[in-house]
Amino acid sequence: MIPDDILLLLNNLTIFTLAILVGFAVISKVPATLHTPLMSGANSIHGIVLVGAMLIAAEVDDPVGYVLAFIAVAFATMNVVGGYVVTDRMLQMFRKKPAAPKPAEADAEA
Amino acid sequence: MDTLGYIEVLVRIAWLLGAVAFVIGLARMNSPATARNGNLVSAGGMILAIGATAVLILSRELLGPEGAVSVAGWAIILLGVAVGGGVGLWAARSVKMTAMPQLVSLFNAVGGGAAALIAIEDYLRLAGLGDPVRLDHNVFIVLDIIIGSITFTGSLIASGKLQGLIPGKPILIPGGQLVTLGLAAVTVLAAVVLFATGTPNVALMLVILAAALIFGITMTLPIGGADMPVVISLLNSFTGTAVAMAGFVIDNPVLIIAGALVGASGAILTKLMADAMNRSVINIMVGGFGGGEGVVGEAAEGGTVRSIGVDDVAIQLAYAQSVIVVPGYGLAVAQAQHAVRELADLLEDRGVDVKYAIHPVAGRMPGHMNVLLAEANVPYPQLKEMEDINPEFARADVALVIGANDVTNPAARRPGSPVSGMPILDVDQAKSIVVIKRSMGRGYAGIDNELYTNEKTGMLFADAKEGLAALTAAVKAL
Repeated sequence: MIPDDILLLLNNLTIFTLAILVGFAVISKVPATLHTPLMSGANSIHGIVLVGAMLIAAEVDDPVGYVLAFIAVAFATMNVVGGYVVTDRMLQMFRKKPAAPKPAEADAEA
Repeated sequence: MDTLGYIEVLVRIAWLLGAVAFVIGLARMNSPATARNGNLVSAGGMILAIGATAVLILSRELLGPEGAVSVAGWAIILLGVAVGGGVGLWAARSVKMTAMPQLVSLFNAVGGGAAALIAIEDYLRLAGLGDPVRLDHNVFIVLDIIIGSITFTGSLIASGKLQGLIPGKPILIPGGQLVTLGLAAVTVLAAVVLFATGTPNVALMLVILAAALIFGITMTLPIGGADMPVVISLLNSFTGTAVAMAGFVIDNPVLIIAGALVGASGAILTKLMADAMNRSVINIMVGGFGGGEGVVGEAAEGGTVRSIGVDDVAIQLAYAQSVIVVPGYGLAVAQAQHAVRELADLLEDRGVDVKYAIHPVAGRMPGHMNVLLAEANVPYPQLKEMEDINPEFARADVALVIGANDVTNPAARRPGSPVSGMPILDVDQAKSIVVIKRSMGRGYAGIDNELYTNEKTGMLFADAKEGLAALTAAVKAL
């Protein structure tokens, strides 16, 4: 009979290992154009650490804990919000544009 | 099972759905057509996971034992989200596209910092209880602190280098390798003592924390600015791993899944980036490249460089049938993407066919050049990837190289040079070549570019932005 805590550890290791394999598989044939946005997109995903920071913050009950938890929550939120917004800004640039872009102001003056 | 139990089940299902959204989102980001949608799917999963967590905390307070959630806890969460979210939103919205790589690095730093803080906080809690810490718990806490802290300081340094706050050139610390070895030894020793005794020891934990923070700095400082993209990608992968460790520490599956996902995909991405530069990741991390002494090989020495004036170039461009622009690192640094588009528009109006040849690693990061040119409203169909444009150079009247160096060096086709084997743009096939460059300085491979001594090549010595502005004025005057 496996004790509960060891079982939990084994379950976590199983999830961890499979998620690593998924991570390897999901990135395979990316055009170089997308390397930077993809890195930024992956960067936003690890903002999930906010979930952990919130759970920790809900339980702290001493001044040091307050400070650490506050910094953790603020850092993690910055990672999430900033990460997704900047990735979206990058990807917005890849929209197919109409063949004739609007002429530059300098040209109009000339 | 009580109501709280049911809610917790639903919350865990929401976390699972969030994790699924991350995987689908990443998969959709592999292709330009679905990338933006993929990012939104991933963001949706994130909102679901965070919202579910808020519901869980709220229901613990309402339905759980008295005082399960402190008032201070709520204040910290709301204030932290407001401050962090505000700063993140402001930075992401206001940053210039050229400064985007360092911002990504900054977001990566805070993510790693948050992961480390979770472990530190948890360790302090355990120390408060005073009971021996189970070995596996101890291992994950220490790994989280080490990896998270290295990422925190390392990413800050990388960001500072790209921003120009810290000199981009490799900074060699006297006895740097000894310092690094010493830090590693201290960390391992402290960790072993912690693991062996199992008794919580805050002082030792702080020693590990300090050593890891310093290690992040000494690891990143000796690496040159041009290699930063690969370093940032590697640190991104580290943060993912740190978050997964934090997931083990607090037994949270969504942290483990998302962290492992980013850790693994980040590692693959790092290798792809390094491959595109013909470098190995190890080589980059060891640093000290860029000197190139002794490895120059039998490069054709003694060629003469032909300098060319703005008016001559303007005439060549204006009366050409087709021009291929080759933008590089120098263009990104000079932020000349708008200037180049203005010149291209002018040429197009005169009936010249203008295309852009984008090397996979042009700019400051792979894919960065596409983003910069897209920002300057360069029509997407004009941007050609290396494989598509290379056969066209032979038909081009003028190849206009702006601040690109190693990616155009024909020496890469021969063995025995530091750039050997690196895929290059076949600029030397063009009928005429114009290079806009500030000086004869070398690229980060540290070797001379044979393209510059090619008899078809004229060198226009100028800053990319100023040179292009002068060219535009000269073409207008024709």
